[in-house]
Amino acid sequence: MTSISKPRIPLATLPANEIGLTVRDYEGAMSTLCAGCGHDSVTAALVRSLFELSIPPHRIVKMSGIGCSSKTPTYFASGAHGFNSVHGRMAPIAAGANAANRSSIHIGISGDGDSLSIGAGHLVHAIRRNVRMLYVIENNGVYGLTKGQFSASADVGSTAKHGEANEVAPIDPVQLALSLGATFVARGFSGDKAQLVPILKAALEHRGFALVDVISPCVQFNNHVGSTKSYHYVRDHELKEIEQDFVPPMRETAARLPHGGTIVVTLPDGGRIRFGTLPEEYDPRDRGAALHYAAQAQQRGEIPTGVLFVDEGTRDIHELNSTPDEPLISLPFEALCPGADALARFQDGFQ
Amino acid sequence: MKTEEKAQRGEPDEPALPKRRGLNEFALKFATVNGTGSASANNLILRSIFRMGVPVSGKNLFPSNIQGLPTWYEIRVSGEGNTSRAAEFDLMVAMNGQTYASDVAAVSPGGYLLYDSSWPLPKLLLRPEINFLGIPLAKLIGEIFSDSRQRILMKNIAYAGAVAALVGIDQEVILELLSERFGSRKSLFDANREALQLGFDYAESHFACPLPFRLETMAGNDGKILIDGNTATAMGCLYAGATVAAWYPITPATSVAEKFRSLCERYRRVEETTANGAREIRNNFLILQAEDELAAIGMVIGASWAGARAFTSTSGPGISLMNEQIGLAYYTEIPAVIVDVQRAGPSTGMPTRVQQADIMACAYASHGDTKHLLLFPADPKECFEMAVLSFDLAERFQTPVMLLSDLDIGMNDWVIPRLEWDDSYRPDRGRVLGPAELEQIEEFFRYDDADAEFVTPRTLPGFSERGAYFTRGSGHDRFGRYTEDAEGYQQVVDRLAAKHRAASAHMPPPVVKRHPGARFAVITVGSCESAVIEAIGYFAARDLQLDYLRVRGFPFSSEISSFIEDHERCFVVEQNRDAQLRSLLILEAGAPAGNLVPILSYGGLPLTAVQVIEGIETAWKDEA
Ligand SMILES: Cc1ncc(C[n+]2csc(CCOP(=O)(O)OP(=O)(O)O)c2C)c(N)n1
Ligand code: SF4
Ligand SMILES: [Mg+2]
Repeated sequence: MTSISKPRIPLATLPANEIGLTVRDYEGAMSTLCAGCGHDSVTAALVRSLFELSIPPHRIVKMSGIGCSSKTPTYFASGAHGFNSVHGRMAPIAAGANAANRSSIHIGISGDGDSLSIGAGHLVHAIRRNVRMLYVIENNGVYGLTKGQFSASADVGSTAKHGEANEVAPIDPVQLALSLGATFVARGFSGDKAQLVPILKAALEHRGFALVDVISPCVQFNNHVGSTKSYHYVRDHELKEIEQDFVPPMRETAARLPHGGTIVVTLPDGGRIRFGTLPEEYDPRDRGAALHYAAQAQQRGEIPTGVLFVDEGTRDIHELNSTPDEPLISLPFEALCPGADALARFQDGFQ
Repeated sequence: MKTEEKAQRGEPDEPALPKRRGLNEFALKFATVNGTGSASANNLILRSIFRMGVPVSGKNLFPSNIQGLPTWYEIRVSGEGNTSRAAEFDLMVAMNGQTYASDVAAVSPGGYLLYDSSWPLPKLLLRPEINFLGIPLAKLIGEIFSDSRQRILMKNIAYAGAVAALVGIDQEVILELLSERFGSRKSLFDANREALQLGFDYAESHFACPLPFRLETMAGNDGKILIDGNTATAMGCLYAGATVAAWYPITPATSVAEKFRSLCERYRRVEETTANGAREIRNNFLILQAEDELAAIGMVIGASWAGARAFTSTSGPGISLMNEQIGLAYYTEIPAVIVDVQRAGPSTGMPTRVQQADIMACAYASHGDTKHLLLFPADPKECFEMAVLSFDLAERFQTPVMLLSDLDIGMNDWVIPRLEWDDSYRPDRGRVLGPAELEQIEEFFRYDDADAEFVTPRTLPGFSERGAYFTRGSGHDRFGRYTEDAEGYQQVVDRLAAKHRAASAHMPPPVVKRHPGARFAVITVGSCESAVIEAIGYFAARDLQLDYLRVRGFPFSSEISSFIEDHERCFVVEQNRDAQLRSLLILEAGAPAGNLVPILSYGGLPLTAVQVIEGIETAWKDEA
């Protein structure tokens, strides 16, 4: 069993959001992932984000591929439709669902194997198409579900469970997305919910494809000292860009992202992260600068986190295709079928 | 030389039919170089003959190439309505020096060959039993037109003019077509008319026009149109109310999606005035050119899951790529319409040649136990009707439906009765529970509460928390929960098998023609029909009655099983090497293998009646 239904214990003290729901209303089935798996923390951050944004659960659509990470849509928003599809193909399936019903809020959960190997081609094109959705990569540098093989995001020198070192260059989804013209690119760390929640909220509000790469250590296969996707490593090398609540651009006009890192955040498990401070002139609206920054940080062995790039001015898949504001599925058949007379006239051209 | 080898080179098969050449009974062949604009000249001739009311077909035998390789176009004229691919040719228009030798050889004895006599024809190629008609086309055209591109194009129109004179095409009809084509572009019209006249006049003054076989206006095409299958399929998708299409370019399916787009732009584009008075375009459709077929089928599944009518169009290689997700849609019970315009495989195969070789791959597409719904159109009219039906079946049975057209149907022009539409048609959306219905039930489970046809209700995302469920391609029980439990798993897959069987009652019934007392029969599928009917006519004229059945859908109805039982032998005519339809009949219609005799054509060219006749005669001899 990968899901166990959770007992619903009414807790009168829980605060309600704008639509009268408590955080419990955004939870799902009990997780069956390994205790301590980073993915569960990402789920918890998502639950919090959806709750804080007061999104009606039935408007949410949860999509995923295959992998430990892709199992997690079962663990949040049980009031939403979910679709755990096949390995690597979540992006096109989400694009199709979004094409049919643009009024839903599409959330895709994927892994580094799912998105950067088998499904890399689809990720690339979902970015180009600017499908409006939150696309989370729960990035642990390994194939968790198939027991610890290197993924395409494993860093050179990173060692697998049995000690062998990775020799081939990794794919950094952040730099990939930036170079492809992604309109929202962010990175978080599963161990830092305080930072992750505002990132996810900003991504959910974004009017286009929002890529959030979350370093999410696999405690089973990739959480030892030699691994660059371990808790140890990330805590030591994370470079924080933003630190406090992101102001959703749709709610306030002053959408400028705050700059300059403060210093300390204590992780849920008590760990501490070493912070870098961002240059004052860092501008998340400057794609070139974001790319440069991400590449330089990578060279230094640092992991930049935060909202690294936002562009709210580009058109999403529906705007690019001039589809109506209402979902395509709501168009009545009469508006779609030209009818017998039109068919007769059409055929006059085939005589 | 083997028939197959010859067929592949565009040569005719050995004649088996008595020569039928005469009034409104003959075949033309045009040998040209692709990329030189000959298609429009050939189409002009085809359409003129159609307008004269004479049954006709055009087959384009083209290479997988953009420019510079040999290409042929065949036109069969048959007042009697035998419009399958011709086995021999009475007039060859040989405009390609590269293929002269084989083109000369392809003319049937007593036939004619029209060539460009601007250069002398090598003596070696002369055949005493055929007639050579030389027109110095390049020279004549060169005297009138100076632009080199125009010279190439107008030479084609000039040979069309000569052919018009030779076979007696009504000049008024052909000029009318030209003026329809060029409309107000007067200089183009004038140039074309001049070139046409040039060819026409030269032929009239130098040869005995018309030739012994010729056209005569008749009323054989009243209430008919001349159309290709892919256009008709796209029209069906439009009329069925498809709003999402996802595709990846592939011959011979490309024009389905491209036509769908142009039809949507014509019929589904609304102009709106916004609040601030600006004019805005609203497209009541979304067509996604996917990054590959894996994505295309994924998009269709996602869109159908969310409640849209969605389809993809592809050919064999695309079907291979889609396999994993076809299984996903089957197991999670999501509608998906897949148009497969079949071409010659395996692998890349011969992309511009026809086969019916995806039958097995589609019937059981994807790993694990899967079975799908297949529809087999035989012509563009059925493409249109079955395209609409495929959406109804996909939604009613919540499963993939594959419409198996082929290159011959899809890309060639066919004379068919006009398409009809009943304005009272409304889509069968199947069992979908809306918020109000969900209020009536205690708890919704996705794979529970099956109806008499083993279909369970689904819900669409975006409407109600009560309808929320988790779709998973992993093992699930009837409540939609993940399971690795034998019983819970089997209950669902057993229901899927039963659902597939139940769908047989909704498939289009086979086309059947029986004669009292007939012991033998022909079973066929799709585009083989006209060749098979012609062959049956040939045997009937020799006092041998053959019954006929054309399969139009899978799963097979019981009518197909009993038809097979009723005959001593059934010849199963199809266009693939491995007798795939026959195998499927043995597996799924309970047909005894010994009763089904395979008659196969798989060289990649449309089937001829001669191939069917020879196949049946050989099989007979073998049995005797
Ligand atoms: C077509 C196909 N190939 C292989 C697999 C086996 N498989 C399942 S999950 C997985 C890798 C998952 O890695 P990732 O996406 O990083 O997820 P994680 O488990 O690390 O969260 C693989 C290779 C599969 N399910 N489907
Ligand atoms: S194997 Fe790794 S990724 Fe999978 S659940 Fe366990 S810790 Fe998480
Ligand atoms: Mg992984």
